[in-house]
Amino acid sequence: METFALLAQGLLVALEPVNLLYALVGVTLGTAVGVLPGIGPALTVALLLPVTYKLDPGGSLIMFAGIYYGGMYGGSTTSILLNTPGESASIITAVEGNKMARAGRGGPALATAAIGSFVAGLLATLALALVAPWVVRFALSLGPADYFALMVLAFTTVSAAFGSSTLRGLTSLAIGLALGLVGIDLQTGQARLSFGVPWLLDGIEVTTLAVALFAVGETLTVASRQSRLPDRVEAVKGSVAMTREDWRRSWKPWLRGTAIGFPIGAMPAGGADVASFLSYSTEKLLAKRPEEFGHGAIEGVAGPEAANNASAAGTLVPLLTLGLPTTATAAIMLAGFQQYGLRPGPLLFASNPELVWGLIASLLVANLMLLVLNLPLIGLWVKLLTIPRPWLYAGILLFATLGTIGANPSVFELGLLLAFGLLGYGLRRFDYPIAPVVVGLILGPLAEQELRRALGIAQGDPTILVSSPAAIVLLALAAIALVVPPLLRLRGRGRLLTRLATHED
Amino acid sequence: MKHVIMATAAACALAWASQAAAADYTIMAPAAPGGGWDQTARSMQEVLLAEGIAEDVQVVNVPGAGGTIGLAQFVNEAAGDPSRLIVGGYVMVGAILTNASPVTLDDVTPIARLTGEYEVIVVPAESELQTLADLVAALQADPGAVSWAGGSAGGTDHITAGLFAKAAGVDPTLVNYIAYSGGGEALAAILGGQVTVGISGYGEFQSQVEAGQLRVLGVSSDERLEIVDAPTFREGGVDVVVQNWRMVAAAPDLSAEQVAAITADIEAMAQSESWQQVLANKGWQDTYLAGDAFAEQLRVEIEATEAILRDVGLVE
Repeated sequence: METFALLAQGLLVALEPVNLLYALVGVTLGTAVGVLPGIGPALTVALLLPVTYKLDPGGSLIMFAGIYYGGMYGGSTTSILLNTPGESASIITAVEGNKMARAGRGGPALATAAIGSFVAGLLATLALALVAPWVVRFALSLGPADYFALMVLAFTTVSAAFGSSTLRGLTSLAIGLALGLVGIDLQTGQARLSFGVPWLLDGIEVTTLAVALFAVGETLTVASRQSRLPDRVEAVKGSVAMTREDWRRSWKPWLRGTAIGFPIGAMPAGGADVASFLSYSTEKLLAKRPEEFGHGAIEGVAGPEAANNASAAGTLVPLLTLGLPTTATAAIMLAGFQQYGLRPGPLLFASNPELVWGLIASLLVANLMLLVLNLPLIGLWVKLLTIPRPWLYAGILLFATLGTIGANPSVFELGLLLAFGLLGYGLRRFDYPIAPVVVGLILGPLAEQELRRALGIAQGDPTILVSSPAAIVLLALAAIALVVPPLLRLRGRGRLLTRLATHED
Repeated sequence: MKHVIMATAAACALAWASQAAAADYTIMAPAAPGGGWDQTARSMQEVLLAEGIAEDVQVVNVPGAGGTIGLAQFVNEAAGDPSRLIVGGYVMVGAILTNASPVTLDDVTPIARLTGEYEVIVVPAESELQTLADLVAALQADPGAVSWAGGSAGGTDHITAGLFAKAAGVDPTLVNYIAYSGGGEALAAILGGQVTVGISGYGEFQSQVEAGQLRVLGVSSDERLEIVDAPTFREGGVDVVVQNWRMVAAAPDLSAEQVAAITADIEAMAQSESWQQVLANKGWQDTYLAGDAFAEQLRVEIEATEAILRDVGLVE
């Protein structure tokens, strides 16, 4: 049990008072910047990396871990309270979480997100310490065909989980897929649908679209219906804390979210957003009361929030064991290691064990500190909802604009924000679901690239798509997800399914 | 509310950073924070301040389209302003061509090449390919059967693969190039044996090579490198030399005195202890080259790059 001895030693270092202070500063900074829509953990870490230059490696890494987990966590608060996802991994959180907040259950929603993030962070960090070598071997065995199958599974489950009608859901998805085509094509270097506008060459920023559709679109909708709405939302109905019922409904999604998020985060082409989508559809499939989905089901917050944090820890598996930065955040963390002349890679565990275990231990500490910091603040956060509506929405617009400018300082980006905001209003006005647009923008390019890579490697032979066990299993699951709902409908459970397919914005 | 206040403060700081106040130097990194150009700009900032060459140095990020968006903005805003600098590199040469950018490197005043990295071709340890000759033979036998994993299409990795095939007597349009968005993703495909060979900067593969998981077949330098135990492409009979360099340039429309003053500052920076320390820490090669020699080098590379991008069909 050498592992535990090393971990314990790492914990001793991480628990020194001055290091605790660094962790505190790290999570506070991370959460603060993570709260801004448009500024995700990658940018947070990149911007705050210079802050850590002046510290010793131990203290710096600890602060770093705090910023990383804080940034991952920060997005959920604005998603739930303001319907403004801070980053792509918390889009799904906005779907159910904001419904809960509007029903006066913002407290439990924030709590289940915080505790779920903690549980997932804890379990996934331990998994990182114990099973990393095996997980990474599996992840490396996956090729483009397997990733394509994973994307197909995500598409089928997610599009089945959204929308009041299949046609409307698919329409929204098609808008997202079309937007996903904009920009320079990775495989050929040619610009598509950019109409000679240089700012479109890099494609549509996911956070700009998400913030516009959710926050700006919602603001416009509220403004257009101002006279017909009750003057203010009841901020707290029932308990601010989670009830026994909430706990009972949350713990399984936390664990399932962790089980989904960790391996997907560890996959080189996975990612926290894909993990959160799959967790959401899993919860909806397994829920005892699926009709609550779309009206604020706590499972729909607990699962995805756990999944995205577990995925954050999963990202560290290939980074620490192979030196593979598989996400933007991981790439920036790699730069952080390099400033001390460290090179994460196959040899890091052997050559710098005290550092690796110190980092893992500080992740555990940062995780705990986030929980301790945020739980007491929930009472304060939900008061945001008592702000009179004109002020609240003006504030949301301010946040959305600042976040977009902060991430990408260009007038064109602001124009996009406004244009997509109008699109969001139009979709709401005519009762089209919002989330599939964003899902299409995220998954479409991933699926397309993986498909073309697989076919490129096989020189055009389509049988490569079904030539590995993982791809076959994933495609079979996708087929089941497509076929089972109509079968259930045939067996007379149509009413349930109609209720199941609900509005999600 | 503490978070809201802090977040707002942070946002304001970010917004301000984008329109930095008057400084001795304002360096534009035409990329997002964290990447190579951004790190170069921030290292320059650090050293210029530490060495007392400048008292106030700001870094501004303008990401997008291989640096061409930042370049266009730089040319529009900075013309005639000796305090403005922009970081760039070889990737920009390709991006300007493939994106048909209206603004080119002719529109700025190149000051100096600062650092560079050479491309390497790697295979997984268990691969049958042992030498460059094996790779050339495989390419000549069936170009499509050799899949290359590297960065985005039209980037340095793709250009090098095209040049390599051409020099080996193989039609560069037949190169089966599989583009990945980042080094990590490509590396995973190479380690997992999904593709035949990988091609990218040595830094992307260094730790896997040291651990014996990847084997370097060849390197794109003109002479063997100390850090890589592998022959050059030329030694393998493939006459290709590629350096993925990074440079700093100044604004257009400057007087000769202004250009000389900037060049002197950059030279003082590049020769300082702290710059050498930065290079060592980051594992960057010192390929400092200034003045007319650099301008000539730039002209030659732009021509060669344009030719190969036409050959592989990325530019018409």
